[in-house]
Amino acid sequence: MHMADALLSPAVGGAFWAGTAATIGYASKKLKDGQDDRKIPLMGVLGAFIFASQMINFTIPGTGSSGHLGGGMILAILLGPHAAFLVMASVLTVQALFFADGGLLALGCNIWNLGIYPCYVAYPLVYKPLAGDGGSPRRLFAAALLSAVAALQLGAFSVVLQTLLSGISELSFGAFLLMMQPIHLAIGIVEGLVTAGVVHYVLTARPEILEASAAAGPLPAGVSLRNVMTGFLLLAVVTGGALSWFASAYPDGLEWSIEKVTGKAELPGREHGAPAALKKLQEKTAILPDYGFRKEEAAPGGAEETPSWPSVDAGTTVSGLVGGLLVLAMSVAIGWAIRAVRKSRAGRPGV
Amino acid sequence: MALETAYSDIGRLDLLSYKDTAVHRLDPRAKVVATMLFVVAVVSFPRYEVLSLLPFALFPVLVAALGDIPAGFIARKVLAVSPFAVFVGIFNPLLDPDVVRILPGTSVSAGWVSFASILVKFALTISAALLLIATTSFPGICRGLRRLGFPALFVSQLLFLYRYLFVLMEEAMRVVRARDMRSFGSRGTGPRVYVRIVGALFLRTVERAERIYGSMLARGFRGEVPSMRQERLRPADAFFVLASASFFALCRLVAVPDAIGRFVRGLAG
Repeated sequence: MHMADALLSPAVGGAFWAGTAATIGYASKKLKDGQDDRKIPLMGVLGAFIFASQMINFTIPGTGSSGHLGGGMILAILLGPHAAFLVMASVLTVQALFFADGGLLALGCNIWNLGIYPCYVAYPLVYKPLAGDGGSPRRLFAAALLSAVAALQLGAFSVVLQTLLSGISELSFGAFLLMMQPIHLAIGIVEGLVTAGVVHYVLTARPEILEASAAAGPLPAGVSLRNVMTGFLLLAVVTGGALSWFASAYPDGLEWSIEKVTGKAELPGREHGAPAALKKLQEKTAILPDYGFRKEEAAPGGAEETPSWPSVDAGTTVSGLVGGLLVLAMSVAIGWAIRAVRKSRAGRPGV
Repeated sequence: MALETAYSDIGRLDLLSYKDTAVHRLDPRAKVVATMLFVVAVVSFPRYEVLSLLPFALFPVLVAALGDIPAGFIARKVLAVSPFAVFVGIFNPLLDPDVVRILPGTSVSAGWVSFASILVKFALTISAALLLIATTSFPGICRGLRRLGFPALFVSQLLFLYRYLFVLMEEAMRVVRARDMRSFGSRGTGPRVYVRIVGALFLRTVERAERIYGSMLARGFRGEVPSMRQERLRPADAFFVLASASFFALCRLVAVPDAIGRFVRGLAG
């Protein structure tokens, strides 16, 4: 579910990196003002804990597939939103570097998708109001489950948005959404159950952990309801606005994508009529292309990108192929040569 | 990924990062900046570009060769993380009905071209990220991030994460091994046991953190992990960044393979 560099455009990647970096600064500032240095080793070691526990798998009963913990919600519940966000950011940084999970540009998007939604959206808007003062285990359970589901749905939706805005993948909004959301609903339920279980375990063993780390006490009933309503209203406006924006751009997006996805089982020859026509319709009505996200930039220098399909200047492409192969061969040769020189130098005595 | 494989991979990358080569001696800030410029340049190509991306391979090849990083190791890790990109990219050939002719006589769906572009971009960006950590120790990267402006609190806890990463992974491996030895068939591998394992690990971690904090206070901890290394930017670092940036700009703005190919064909007749 991690976003990958190869599917991003610089504009989208840069924008989310800016947002993530700003939030890292914000969270650090909030923590610095509030607590003493005790939190630093705690956050660091908990980051290592999350990292390690993400590698322990468990089998989901009935399906045979294995799952593991994401960790965002657990951290938010047990550490508070700011510390949890920083820990998630650091875990993802380590994953991006040591595992190349997604890439360095996509790291901004990944921290946003896996950190902002659990810590700054699901935790204050779903968990806190539902869990109340933490006294009732059933409310805690429901709160943990629902907030995990919400956080993962938002994260998955975010990935779809980022992919769409980057314009590298051909997947339509509807098709991608149809793939991502149900899967992450299932993942969210599992994560929610595990989160609820771990929170319950921890609070039974050491109840003071929640009180020591939570930023504020229980919200008064009236205020919390209003906050919750405002939050959901905002969410509804934003997602509704975004969805309707896309809906107007892709009139029959969902049916079309379903037809495309299931239609691929048929002979490919039959597919030329409807998609081509729909594509033309999209191009006429789409709002986004004017912003330049989906349009291809005219390659400066007139590289092998051709302005009009399907006719391709065979001469240019052949030159490009020859040159490309040569460049690759040169790179490999340079690499080998350097290594060979190294080895021979290392072999000589006295070096 | 299995815990043991992950552990040994991280350990190997970590060991590689402490080597002493010209690339390793470069300032972490220079390497971070150069790698980010590389990623942005690669990613900025429009979706049907494939061949113009190939000259960029020179950057990871040079870094790996000069930094003495085994190429096979990097390639294996790139392959291991490719599923998501492949899974999303594979829809391009299926959904893109336009057709383009590559060589005189052969034509492919444009979707395959954009899929190939995704794969090439993926290989380039992922190997660049891996080479960054392989040639720069993690504490070095953290110091570089601090001096590039990231908050001290975030960087300090990144360093703590790194210090205890291996300790926690070893503990997790012990717990998993104990669970496996006590599981009969599929009993014990379900979520109930998992929740207890994770919960117990969490509590042990919190208690360990309190011990760590106490012992660091006793050693004069004031909130930031001090470093003895004096890292100053040297001319070599500036040269590296400038040379890399110029190379990326050149390859981005000029179709290098095209030019070379035309030149060679001109020579050939």
